[in-house]
Order: sequence, then C-alpha cells, then structure tokens
Amino acid sequence: MTATSNDKDTAQAAAEVEMVTGVIDGHEVTVPKGTVIIRAAELTGVDIPRFCAPPLLDPVAACRACLIEVEGMPKPQPSCAVELGDGMVVHTQLTSEVAAKAQAGVMEFLLINHPLDCPVCDKGGECPLQNQAMTTGNPETRYTLQKLTFPKPINISTEILLDRERCVMCQRCTRFADEIAGDPFIELVQRGAHQQIGIGEEPFDSYFSGNTIQICPVGALTSADYRFRARPFDLVSVPTTCEHCASGCSLRTDYRHDAVMRRQAWDDPEVNEEWNCDKGRFAFPYLSLDRLSGPLVREDGELRPASWPEALRLAADGLGRARGRAAVLTGGRLTMEDAYAYARFARTALATDNIDMRARAIGPDEAGFLASQVAGTCGPTYAQLAAAPAVLLVAFEPEEESPIVFLRLRKAVRQHGQQVVTVAPYPSHGSTKLSATLVPAVPGAEAHSLAALPADVRDLLQQPGSVILVGERAATAPGALRAAADLADQTGAHLGWIPRRAGERGAVDTGCLPGLLPGGRPLTDPAARREVASAWGVAADDLPTSAGLDLPAVVAAIAADVATRRSAAEQGDEAPANTIDALLVAGVEASDVPHSDALLRALQDVPFLVSLETRPSEVTDFADVVLPVSVVTEKEGTFVDWEGRRRPFARSFPLATTFPDAEVLALLADYLDLDAAPRDVPALRAEIDSLGAWGGERPWPGAAGATDTPNPGPGEAVLASWRLLLDRGIMQEGEPYLAGTRQPSVARVSAATAAGVGVPDGERLSVSTDHGTIALPVEITEMPDGIVWLPMNSPESRVTTTLRATPGDTVRLGRE
Amino acid sequence: MPELPPALSGFWVTFRTQFQKVNTEQYPEQKDKFPPKPRFHGRHQLNRWADGLEKCVGCELCAWACPADAIYVQGADNSEAQRFSPGERYGRVYQINYLRCIFCGLCIEACPTRALTMTHEYELADNGREKVIFEKQDLLAPLREGMVPPPHAMVAGMDSHDYYMGKVTGATEQQREEVQHEEAQREEARRQDQGAAQ
Repeated sequence: MTATSNDKDTAQAAAEVEMVTGVIDGHEVTVPKGTVIIRAAELTGVDIPRFCAPPLLDPVAACRACLIEVEGMPKPQPSCAVELGDGMVVHTQLTSEVAAKAQAGVMEFLLINHPLDCPVCDKGGECPLQNQAMTTGNPETRYTLQKLTFPKPINISTEILLDRERCVMCQRCTRFADEIAGDPFIELVQRGAHQQIGIGEEPFDSYFSGNTIQICPVGALTSADYRFRARPFDLVSVPTTCEHCASGCSLRTDYRHDAVMRRQAWDDPEVNEEWNCDKGRFAFPYLSLDRLSGPLVREDGELRPASWPEALRLAADGLGRARGRAAVLTGGRLTMEDAYAYARFARTALATDNIDMRARAIGPDEAGFLASQVAGTCGPTYAQLAAAPAVLLVAFEPEEESPIVFLRLRKAVRQHGQQVVTVAPYPSHGSTKLSATLVPAVPGAEAHSLAALPADVRDLLQQPGSVILVGERAATAPGALRAAADLADQTGAHLGWIPRRAGERGAVDTGCLPGLLPGGRPLTDPAARREVASAWGVAADDLPTSAGLDLPAVVAAIAADVATRRSAAEQGDEAPANTIDALLVAGVEASDVPHSDALLRALQDVPFLVSLETRPSEVTDFADVVLPVSVVTEKEGTFVDWEGRRRPFARSFPLATTFPDAEVLALLADYLDLDAAPRDVPALRAEIDSLGAWGGERPWPGAAGATDTPNPGPGEAVLASWRLLLDRGIMQEGEPYLAGTRQPSVARVSAATAAGVGVPDGERLSVSTDHGTIALPVEITEMPDGIVWLPMNSPESRVTTTLRATPGDTVRLGRE
Repeated sequence: MPELPPALSGFWVTFRTQFQKVNTEQYPEQKDKFPPKPRFHGRHQLNRWADGLEKCVGCELCAWACPADAIYVQGADNSEAQRFSPGERYGRVYQINYLRCIFCGLCIEACPTRALTMTHEYELADNGREKVIFEKQDLLAPLREGMVPPPHAMVAGMDSHDYYMGKVTGATEQQREEVQHEEAQREEARRQDQGAAQ
C-alpha cells in the first residue's frame, strides 16, 4: 500500500464521518461525533487532569479527576466519558470555579489514603498523581486520622508487584487486562474504602502484564525487575526497536551509565499502538550476560584470547582458502544491514551461494515461497489486518509467536466482529480469546485442511480486504505454503508471512537464502545477477550462478565430506576436495535446529569454523576463530517486521566499543584484499535502497505436493508443537521474575487418545522417540484423536534436542 | 609630619608592621583554637536510627537536588534476611565526589529522612581523585552507644512509621543477639575457609 492511497482512504473516511462543533473555554472546536470532551479539549490545548482515561481504553469515568462544567447540566460532568455535542458549551478548570473546585475536591479525596512514600516509590518523578498534587493539590491535608494501610507490596505474579495503598482505583490495569489482553486475571474486590485490586486463585500470568505497570497513573503496580534500581531522572531514554519477534514494536530503552534499567512500550499507532509484550519489556538482561570481551583463536585445541589483527588474519586466511567451498549460517536475529552484509560477503568474498538464515525447522518449498511471495514486498499491514473482515491463520499462533499481531486481531474482533479462522490442531488459549473458528488440522497435513476448507470459510475469505496469515511453521508441512498461496489467489485475500524472529524478514529481503539475491532477485536470472553485480562492483560472471545449499544440505554435505575423506584414507587414496571447507556462523543456537546433533557434528567436523557471536555458545565451542560482535543496544540498524515495514533504530549506548557484524565482515574483506564493502549503517542502507526490489519474474519452481496424512498406530500419535512466547530461549536468560510467569508445561491430547494409553487427566504422559522421552502432566483437550501437543522449547520439554522430532513426526505415547 | 620621599614610604609600612599583633593562625598545630562556626558546611554524614539501622532510603533526592552532580546513589530492596533500613528501600551504593561538591547543602534540605547532614570536618584534600570519592562506609555515622551494626531486623513490633515518630530509642536485646549470632556464623565460616585453605 502506498502513502498516496493511504491518504486518500483517510480523506474518504473523514468525509463520511459526521462532525460536531462545541465551545471549550471560549474556543470553538470541531471534532468527529463521538469524541469525548477530554480529547476535544486536548485539540484546543487545554489539559484536563485525568487518571483513568488513556485513549485506547473504553471510558469508565472511574477516578473523577476530570470533572468539568457543561452549561445546562446541573452537576460537574466527567469529561472523559461525556461526548462533545453540537453547540455544547464547556468550561474546564481554567474558566470555571465549579470545575476547579470539583477537581480539587477529587484530588483531596484521592490523597486521603495515598501514602506519603514518594521518595521510595518507583513511580516518583514520573507520576501523574504526584504531578497533579504538586500543581493543584492542597499543600496541607485536612485529614488527620490514621491512613488506610495494607502490607506492602504483594506479588500478583512473580514479575508484577501490587502496592494497594497507592492505588487510586482508576481501573486502568483491570480494563487493560480485560479489554486489550483478554486476560482478566485481576479485578476490583471489596467495597468502599477497602476496595482494592485483587487476583483470584491464579496469578496475573498474562503475556501483556507489563503494560499495566506502564499505564498505572500511580506507583501501585511496579515490577520486581526494576524495583528500586533507578529514578526517572537518572535514566537516559532512547527509542529503539524490539529485537525479540517480528512484530516490530517501538520500544523505549532507559539506561543508566552502561546498563539497561528497563524497557517500555513506545507509542506507535501504526504498529504496536501503546503496548508491547512482557518478553520485549523484561527480557533484556541477556544483553550484558557473559559477553565475549575479545577475539579468540584456537591453538592446540584450546581457545585463547587474541588481538583483532591476529584473529582477523587467521579468519581471513581460512575463509580465503575455502573460497567457493564455504557456507554461511546467519541465524534469524540479525538486523537488515548486517544480513545484507552477510549476503554480500558470501556471494563476493566467499564466492558461494551457500547461505541460510533459518535456524529452525525448514521445508523444501519454503525458499521458493519466500523468494516469490515475500522477499522485497510490502505485505498486508497492521492497518489492513485491523480492518479485515476475516483472517485465516495457518500454522500460526499469534499470541505465542507475534503478540502484537494478536492484540491487533483481538481489537478487530472486539470492535467490528472480525472473523478469525485458525488451521491448527486445537483451539489454543489465544485462539479462544479471538473467538476463532477452528479448522482442525493434523500437523504436517495443513495442506489437506486448506484444500478441504469448508465453503463458509472460503466465503468469508472472499470478502474484500480479508487476510491469510501463514506462520513460519507452515514450512514444515509439505504443500501448505503452496496451498495458502493458491487460496489467496482464488479468494483475493492478502497473504502475509509471519516469522517468529525479528531478523528473518530482513534477511529474506536482503538475500540470506540460497538462490535469492537482495530485493527478491532470483539468482538464476542473469538480469538480476547483473543488477546486483554492478551494485557490488564485481563482474556478473563472478557471482555464483546456481542456487547453493540450505542449512540441512550444508550439514549433510559436511557429513558426506567426512565419509569420503575416511574411505579415501582407508584405501590410501588422495582425498578429493571437500564440498564445504569452511563455515561462517552468526548467531545460531544449535538446539533451535531439528537434528541439532547433526549440526553439532558438522560444526565439529568442518575443517574451518568462524563464529561471530556475542556470548559463548555451542558454536563458539567448536570455532577456530571467534569474533565478538555488538548486541542491539550497541549498534544502529533496522529490523524489518512481518509487514515488510522497516523499523530503524539508533545506538542506545553511543560509547560502545564493539563492532557490529557488518563491520567485522568489512574488516575481513579488507584482510582478503577485496574492494571495500560498505561498513557503516548509512552506507549499507544506501546500497540496499539503490538496489531496490526486483521488478522481474519471480519463479516458484517445483511443486512439493501434500503428503499423505500420517496414520499413527495404537500407542502412537502425531506430534504437534510450537514455541511459547516465554520459554527457555537464550534471550530470556537472566530474568527469573519473567521466567516465573511462563505457562506451565503440559502435554495435550484428546480424551480418547489419553484413554488409549491409560493416562488420566493430570497424570504424567510420556512422549518418546528413539532418541529420548519427555514426560509432562497431561491436560485433556478438545482436539482430534491421535495428536499430542508439547511445548517446543520449555524447560521441561525440549522437543528438538530430547526427541529430535519436528511437528508432524509420529511419536510413541505411554504412561510414565 | 613631613612627607617621606615615595621610595622610603614603602619601607616605613614594613617597619611599622613589625610591631603589630601577628594574625597568622598556627594551622594545623593549633586547629582546635579556631573551631568552625556552628552552621559550617563540612563533610556529609549518613545518620543512623537509635538502633543502628541506616536512615538513608536510597531515594536519590539528594542526587537530584545536587547542582554539581556530585552524588551517586543506587537504591535496593531490604529483604527479611538483609535489612539495612526500616521500610522497603535502602541506599545500596552511596558516593559523594568531593572534587565536585560545592558544599551548598541543598542535598541536606532535600533529604526526606534526615539521613544526610553535614559535619564540621573540612580536611578533605588528598592526592588522588579516587581518594576523594567517598563511599557509603566513609560517610556513615559511627555507631554510638546502644547501636548495633546493620544488617539486622527492626525492633520487634515496630514498623518504619514508628522509627520516624522517634519511638525507637536503642537496640533491643533481640537485635543484639541477632547481630552477635550473625557475627559468630561469619567467624565460623571464616575459620572453615582457612581450614580448607590449609
């Protein structure tokens, strides 16, 4: 969607809206009908005090701080709940003594039981109540009795602390939890002066609980993580982009000296509105956890510290020897600029197309799908998603995998009854909150479910503006991506692809896939090669001409090399040249990859391994040269969110002395005596922009058809699994309070399947393959028989490493 | 009196001054002779409650008030096991940089618990920058009669409000025992460590 058509839409929408004109403090103001007075007053520059009225929550008029006088009405009115009417004459506290006195009276009431503990309160210094008390509050209290006190503070979850005596009962938190997140775990309890926020038997373990801290207008809700660590005036605030998932939230990073103290959601109406998820808010301690402080090189089998010139020389020599026989694994966590630098370095310095950004389960037709449907495009946007009459989710759990997409869907469901249909094995908690219709699908056989989509769902999708969202897990289901693309073609629905990691979309756009050059250019197209070669200052002939190997193929090639070398040695022949002589690996966690044992063996067996990492990892354990790189707070860059929208961010720590990946690659290119590659972010961005998107053909060769639906025997089941938002991901390390709000790990099966293996509800079910067993309490769930669901990467359930299975595989069930 | 030639009038001043009272103060030999005035702004002190708990709550208002940015504070949470002040919060890190401090006393006015006051000590010069950044242990008031060193629990039955109201007049026997017990345990651990090292 272009900016022009967007403006036109807005103009058209404005023309249809009925406008009303009122007078506020003597100024005429014209607003759309339905605007409450407090917002209309903002337009005239009049700030009416308020505690309970953030713009994205429904009005309740709970705190009464915003009382104003309306001519013709007998009593002061709450301006946050009364809509401006045509011809209405409003007097705020600035022009009406009645309003000013009413507001002062409300302040006095609010402060009666509010403790005088601002010096020890985390909100002190940025507190609306404090500000209001300082500007209009009475300096002397008339209340001389004992204030109401409660024991301080109570944990309503491991992360969220509630200090009840500070609460002014504005209900922002309970309304947020109910209206926005759909997790009404907190509610008002008791009555009168004893009214307070409370939880039921369950703690407030919502994925969005941190937002309640941010919107609390007093210090009643604070986080265990930030408790007493800093005051607002200590903090330097910088806007940044969240590096956790592909939602692309704008965040505010608050740091003191050289440590991040907290992160908050930044207001961006186009993307995350005013919200973010708890992972983005609290999972930042990893940024400073056991960082690599300098380059390491391997000597006599041990890594030892080395200087940058020595390490770069060694790395460049090793990679230079393997020119044409190297492979690059970039992981899905890089910024767009860093990913572009890898894509360029692989094709020019290493003369290879063996590059893959996917550190996860992948499928055969995924690369073609990404190249032809996703790379360099600008897909459906959040605005289109919010306006869509119907949304089909394919192998995608928005609440777990892209929480802001979930919030936007939930908003649309609440506001205009959007119909959400999900192709999944069972209606998850998130789907239930979206009132989603379930199209049951056996994992791995989503293509069949899409082909046999009920006619009413198909009709829904034929409404103009409908959206189909495909998750990254659809890649592992043969034919599912093709079926989704076909469905989009047939129904006219927009097709969006939502990966889990923040860097995947940018890596697709910049060509970190075999056979794909930046901007969605197919490597096999000579015209595309020429465009890229001229931008890179190399001869078109020097670029690889045939598509390279993806991650599983690289791993297999290294294993084949080892076997060939061994058999040659046994027969006394000279060993033939290896297919892969060197690996260049960025942030890849081996256990994210199915059959991680094979990847680890490949990392061990490959003749030369260079790792660009921030922390010691399984990759650095085997690396010949380890080059430390920057984390997100130390570099500028861009994450491309699932829409294809660029989310640039600046360096948080201006004095950081680490190098981003792109700069290390440029240094390596220098040591390889290559022409200078762009090394700073503005130059990289300029080169990406000058290349632009590909305008030619985007073939999607090959047709991986759907396979047969697996048919598990007795005592067997098909594995369904996805990652939960809060799990044992390495970027959540160092935050025990956040970890405490994880969902409990359970295995889910249908009642009949559980009965088949004789495991009653709540007992432990063991799920096993030839490699290992995971035992979890079973939760009987309404789902098709013969399917078992496990959390993919939770502490008690690590599917990739323990079972070495991917969703769609058949596993054995039993009683522990 | 006839005018002296200008060249000699200068010498006359010198000659006359020899017989006047000497104004030189014999510092440091006789410094007690000239104590500072009662409201002199000297080195800061972090005060204690009567039982030895710290008054500082780590609120950083002193740092906020400081026009010279000389004060650095980090608060932390008192726990049941480690209590340094009554109430929830205490000052874990407290530093004053005396190269920056201008002794204006705004920090003292800002302090909500009267934790920070100024003493009459003025001999703060030293020969290294790091030596004139005073840490919490350099600033804390000495333990007086009836105080026991934190961490220890509040007086049984009292809360932070009672401390502010001045109801605590000294450490109780219970607090003394707690501190002695902790000290004995640390001593035991130290001996075991030494034993292990040998």
